[in-house]
Amino acid sequence: MTMAADPPSVLSRFSRIMADRPLIPLILLLIGLVVVLQIMQPGILNERWISNTMKFAIPLAMLAACQTLTMLTGGIDLSAGTVATIAAFVTATLTPLIGAPEAIGIALAVALVVGLLNGFGVAICRVHPLIMTLGTGLIATGCLLVYQRFVISTGTEIPGFLVWLGTGRTLGMPNGLFVFVPFAILLIWGQRRTGFGRLLYAVGSNEAAARLSGVRVWQVHLALYSLSGFIAGLTGLLYLGLVKTASLSLALPLDLPSVAAAVVGGTSIFGGRGGYGGTIIGALILTVLATMLTLLQMPEGGRRILFGAIILAVTAVYIRLTDRT
Amino acid sequence: MMRVLSNNGWTVGLAGLLVVLLIATKLIQPNFGVSGLDSLARAALPFALATVGMAVVVIAGGIDLSIAAMMSVASVTGAVLMDGATDGQAGLAVLAVLGVGLAMGAINGALIVLTRVPDIVVTLAMLFVWQGVALLILNAPGGAAAPWLRGLIVGGVTLPGVPAALTEWLPKAVVFLLICVAVIWLPIRRSKLGLSFYAIGSDTLAAFRSGVAVGQTRVAAYAVCGLFAALGGLAVTMSTGIGEPIPGPYLLASVAAVVLGGVVLGGGRGGLLGPILAVFVLRLVRLDLTLLSVDPNVAAIVEGLIMVVVVMLGGVLAMRGRRA
Repeated sequence: MTMAADPPSVLSRFSRIMADRPLIPLILLLIGLVVVLQIMQPGILNERWISNTMKFAIPLAMLAACQTLTMLTGGIDLSAGTVATIAAFVTATLTPLIGAPEAIGIALAVALVVGLLNGFGVAICRVHPLIMTLGTGLIATGCLLVYQRFVISTGTEIPGFLVWLGTGRTLGMPNGLFVFVPFAILLIWGQRRTGFGRLLYAVGSNEAAARLSGVRVWQVHLALYSLSGFIAGLTGLLYLGLVKTASLSLALPLDLPSVAAAVVGGTSIFGGRGGYGGTIIGALILTVLATMLTLLQMPEGGRRILFGAIILAVTAVYIRLTDRT
Repeated sequence: MMRVLSNNGWTVGLAGLLVVLLIATKLIQPNFGVSGLDSLARAALPFALATVGMAVVVIAGGIDLSIAAMMSVASVTGAVLMDGATDGQAGLAVLAVLGVGLAMGAINGALIVLTRVPDIVVTLAMLFVWQGVALLILNAPGGAAAPWLRGLIVGGVTLPGVPAALTEWLPKAVVFLLICVAVIWLPIRRSKLGLSFYAIGSDTLAAFRSGVAVGQTRVAAYAVCGLFAALGGLAVTMSTGIGEPIPGPYLLASVAAVVLGGVVLGGGRGGLLGPILAVFVLRLVRLDLTLLSVDPNVAAIVEGLIMVVVVMLGGVLAMRGRRA
């Protein structure tokens, strides 16, 4: 009898720990993946590899910040990839014309405008965020393509310090960390310790209750989507320095993985639960996973299948583990 | 009569818009006629079928981000099976593709129900999976389509015993679309299953307490979506003659058309006629802009603007209605 009674209690204690510290299973998973990688390819685990993994995880994690923040209120920002692409492309094409600081300023302003537009639609017209950001993404892509025809002859130039940020190393670690570490600290601090951060959780958990407690929900949404656009713009700049070519579909391949990173990181797509800490681990997990699938030397199709299946499995297990009900 | 009109105000408005756009097209391009209508209908066919599939899932309160990937699986499956097949075998291949579509949709639905992961996340993950499956089946565009299948959607309708001039303006692709939708959707809509779709879409808990098997209904809705995605994939193969492993722009377009067609995201309201009309409205806008020799990229901006503005207006109107 005791044999039959024991396992559930151990399991429930285990799951309570998991629910209280949702980052633990994610970190365990990340370590597990790295160990598997080391077994698959002994000796891969060196400073250079770690630095490379971080280098590619940083833009993903930053773009996933847009998804995390908007998901906390129950929304999503599907225009993030497009905005990042536009910021990168505008910077690269305007730098030879008007100089780097001005170009970056214009790029970030454009990103902010798209974010404001999203915020306007979601906050004031009450459009579903999925639709609104999809629509602005479409419009922005169209504008980018039209814009591209006007600057096709000017050539591109990537500001030197963006390249330094994107590809350079200091003490073996990528320089992108100089941007990313303050950024992450600010977000993690902001989501719990500032009024705005707590408002995001409040609106996401129960919008009606938040409204009745005197929260002006539309202001929160407006600020949130503008912030999301701005972060996406920043990501675009960083990614530009990393890839070192300006293309019209630069950050688009990051769009859906950024959603996946936030989801794998434990942020609930219905709002009110999760945080940026998990998202960073989620982005690292996805990057390590991509390396692993490349090493497997599978056909492209098989790799995509595994990628999708693993995202689904991780999310399903994670939801089971951390479910408080 | 008035009640029918006011209940279907959105659909009637869309139909009116479609007529206006058709007249505008005729004015812009005076020799726009039977062949123009035919190529428009053929281009719109995969979009329309994807939209119908998406609309069914949205009505049932979900969303399926993997629809374009499922279409490419169906497209390559069909093209590979039909390559070098006789007419009879091609018929079997079509049935097989439809079965594959149903199965893919049912897998999506079952995963959503079993894992309790939100539908957006599951179908996002399955998007990668189905893309991978399509690439495994066919690495590059290839395969073939049976000629009689192509015949189904090319050209105008000709009925024996009726003068050709009376019927040939009606593109076969439209008839094909209407028959597919009627054969699959009408029996469902009339049955308990269709009612259950709307029930779980508007209030899952209430539906559950009224005795609707929520899980099974959800799986069924996704299976129907998969079936339409398979038809959409077949339509791609039918109109191009090859299988296409890389998904087209059907995901965004279908969501746009569903919303423009008056189906409410979140579920429970709307029909299938509105989204179908919306597809044709969007394609016609694009065609008109092309005929006016506007940059196709500007056309994309206009399309996005239409979608956003319409949805914004809808949101504002809905708020007004609630206050009144």
